[in-house]
Amino acid sequence: MAHENPTGWKRWLFSTNHKDIGVMYLWFAFIAGMIGFGMSGLIRMELMNPGVDVIPSVFGMTEDQARHMFNVLTTGHGLIMVFFMVMPALIGGFGNYFVPLMIGAPDMAFPRMNNISFWLMPPAFILLLLSTFVEGPSGMNGFGGGWTAYAPLSTSGHPGPSMDLAIFSLHVAGASSIMGAINYITTIFNMRAPGMTMHKMPLFSWSILITAFLLVLSLPVLAGAITMLLTDRNFGTTFFDPAGGGDPILFQHLFWFFGHPEVYIMILPAFGIVSHIVSTFSKKPIFGYLGMAYAMAAIGFIGFVVWAHHMYTVGLDVDTKAYFVAATMVIAVPTGVKIFSWIATMWGGSIRFTVPMLYAIAFILLFTLGGVTGVVLSNAGADVALHDTYYVVAHFHYVLSLGAVFAIFAGLYYWVGKMSGKQYPEFLANVQFWITFIGVNMIFFPQHFLGLQGMPRRYVDYPDAMAYWNQISSYGYLVTLVGVFLFIVVMAMTLFKRQKDCADNPWGEGATTLEWTLSSPPPFHQFNELPQIK
Amino acid sequence: MNVKRLTARILASAIALFASTASVLAQATPGRPEPGGLWLQPAASEQAQRINDFNFDLLIIITIITVFVFLLMFYVMWRFREKANPVPSKVTHNFALEVVWTLTPVFILIGIGWVSLPLLYWQDQVPETDMAIHVTGNQWNWTYSYPDHGDIELTANVVPDATFINASDRAAAEAELSSFLGWPAKLNARLLDTDYRVVLPVNTKIKVQLTASDVLHAWTVPAFGVKLDAVPGRLNETWFEANQTGIFYGQCSELCGKDHAFMPIAVEVVSKEQFARWVELQGGTVTAEAGAPTLGR
Repeated sequence: MAHENPTGWKRWLFSTNHKDIGVMYLWFAFIAGMIGFGMSGLIRMELMNPGVDVIPSVFGMTEDQARHMFNVLTTGHGLIMVFFMVMPALIGGFGNYFVPLMIGAPDMAFPRMNNISFWLMPPAFILLLLSTFVEGPSGMNGFGGGWTAYAPLSTSGHPGPSMDLAIFSLHVAGASSIMGAINYITTIFNMRAPGMTMHKMPLFSWSILITAFLLVLSLPVLAGAITMLLTDRNFGTTFFDPAGGGDPILFQHLFWFFGHPEVYIMILPAFGIVSHIVSTFSKKPIFGYLGMAYAMAAIGFIGFVVWAHHMYTVGLDVDTKAYFVAATMVIAVPTGVKIFSWIATMWGGSIRFTVPMLYAIAFILLFTLGGVTGVVLSNAGADVALHDTYYVVAHFHYVLSLGAVFAIFAGLYYWVGKMSGKQYPEFLANVQFWITFIGVNMIFFPQHFLGLQGMPRRYVDYPDAMAYWNQISSYGYLVTLVGVFLFIVVMAMTLFKRQKDCADNPWGEGATTLEWTLSSPPPFHQFNELPQIK
Repeated sequence: MNVKRLTARILASAIALFASTASVLAQATPGRPEPGGLWLQPAASEQAQRINDFNFDLLIIITIITVFVFLLMFYVMWRFREKANPVPSKVTHNFALEVVWTLTPVFILIGIGWVSLPLLYWQDQVPETDMAIHVTGNQWNWTYSYPDHGDIELTANVVPDATFINASDRAAAEAELSSFLGWPAKLNARLLDTDYRVVLPVNTKIKVQLTASDVLHAWTVPAFGVKLDAVPGRLNETWFEANQTGIFYGQCSELCGKDHAFMPIAVEVVSKEQFARWVELQGGTVTAEAGAPTLGR
């Protein structure tokens, strides 16, 4: 039954259309990402030189307040980038927009739940931002206990209401993600077009399906853990307080039981996107499709049984540590399968180096670099020297900032023509890629050296001997700043300045998934007659 | 052209890494970070030595893997570019190849584990130790006591920045530290020096018992290869044996609030005789053999 397409604010606020909701997620991720990126800018500027001087002058505060403010910034940067930038962009944005298109479905299974999934995100984000304006530790504003929010710093260490707001923010964001995940699982299991068997499904849909399972299984554990924090803080329970028989380490187990799958939640959709791009621009089907799909499933499963490798220094029993060393190293195997399968996809191909392809290749290379430092860190024996140092910061930024975020860039360039109907300006986008590539490597590669030298994470000031690499790292941020500015210019030109129209399939024979059979942008409702997959 | 640039960049940084690693290892002052340093701090205990050696082995393995993947990628990018190979192949499976790239990493990882796990067990098992220190992390300083040497207890606070700027403050702080130690002492580095130092004997197996009074902290001395969390309500235990005298610095390594970056660890390792003199100066007790425990003090 045909009906009027809603227009104006109703179209967005009341939206039940997966493409509109996907676009809103992307804009939301963009706004949150800019705020998170700004916070990392303050962090890097503060660390450019020894001493605490930048934050006090920017915020007009005393050095004492600035020391706390720095922790608020690192905490905020982490939480925003994880929950309000990478997840909304990869899962909410690309997931919503392209999963139904790729599996040949008219929309998501629960369009109204999709609406509330999105509209819970802005209030969650506002709660988090509000938390920085109310009291945390006595006399100071904001929560500065890290995105991990370890007790007791997040309980007795922050008596003010700031932490409570942050907890509510995560509750709301978590509810949004769980509903989103339920929606994806239902959609993918039930709404594939006739002939689209699971083993014919595009890898991005596979990645979102596995991610959705990780979300459904891990987020409730986080919700439980932070609820326990909430009752410890406000209602006199002592889950994490040794004075009442509790244990601070319990929080870490609960947090990382969520937290480790969470890092795969951020990277699996990136794997999916990269697979599509590599295949498209090599003009070859993906190499070892089943291996690729089940490698992701294996990574997702193993991701649940390795959490305590984040806790090697808390005083775990040695046999426990030995188990987590072995289990963690196993992850390298399916990850290696993926890396080599991507290269094998390119092998024998006819490779076009468009901007999405450059980002995808950079993703593969830099993810490898971040992956091998992960193998180093997985060894509890070696980790003693590196735990909680900048080596860890470098490692997880290589896999997430230069991994997941590069995949977001890759996906945007790959699909922006499909989504907007206008193609991005190729030359400027190339410049944008190279500047960003050089900038982020300049930020994060020197951080390996800082970590090896023993510089701990989350330090507002450091011994003068560590100034050299910190300065280079901060210069790298300035280069990246140019890259991000150019990214805004490129996207603004694509969307608002007249660019050439994007064909239905601008990428040619290599782009074989269903979204390229539709117009650019796709019609408001697609697949009114379901496509037949042979 | 891009490929060449990238290759040159990677190769240059790899060479620089190896070259400077060797030079830094040769020159660095033990116990503290080195300006522009690229590698782990020099070891001053067997643990740290084994950790450093193992890390170096790992560095070689991961460098080989990374270089292999990078070169393979660059070759593919060059060999199969659109111009060179206009007609793509349609090969999507090669069972043998897939088995190889699944099993090879397995063997590499088994090899790593072969070295890694024995190291872990060796580190983790606290041997028969000669003496103990008890360390408590507080917001934001460390309290140390010597259970085997009477009632010695000290709290170490960071030396404020101002002390390093003002010469007379610095002289006063150094005089205070010297009288505490019983020998002349100099302040060395901002954010690493503390007003009082932990004094320990060389070539002595020392058990470290750790706890915290408020939130989590972590007691770290890179040169000794020691890092362990201080957890309220728990007593964590580790050990080390410093094999050279000197001053060894570390920094709190678990986020503990506003002054997390301002509660360093400074350990002065001295000869056993000097340690015995220091214990006496502090009014503690020592048995005949310096450093040996005095039970039932």
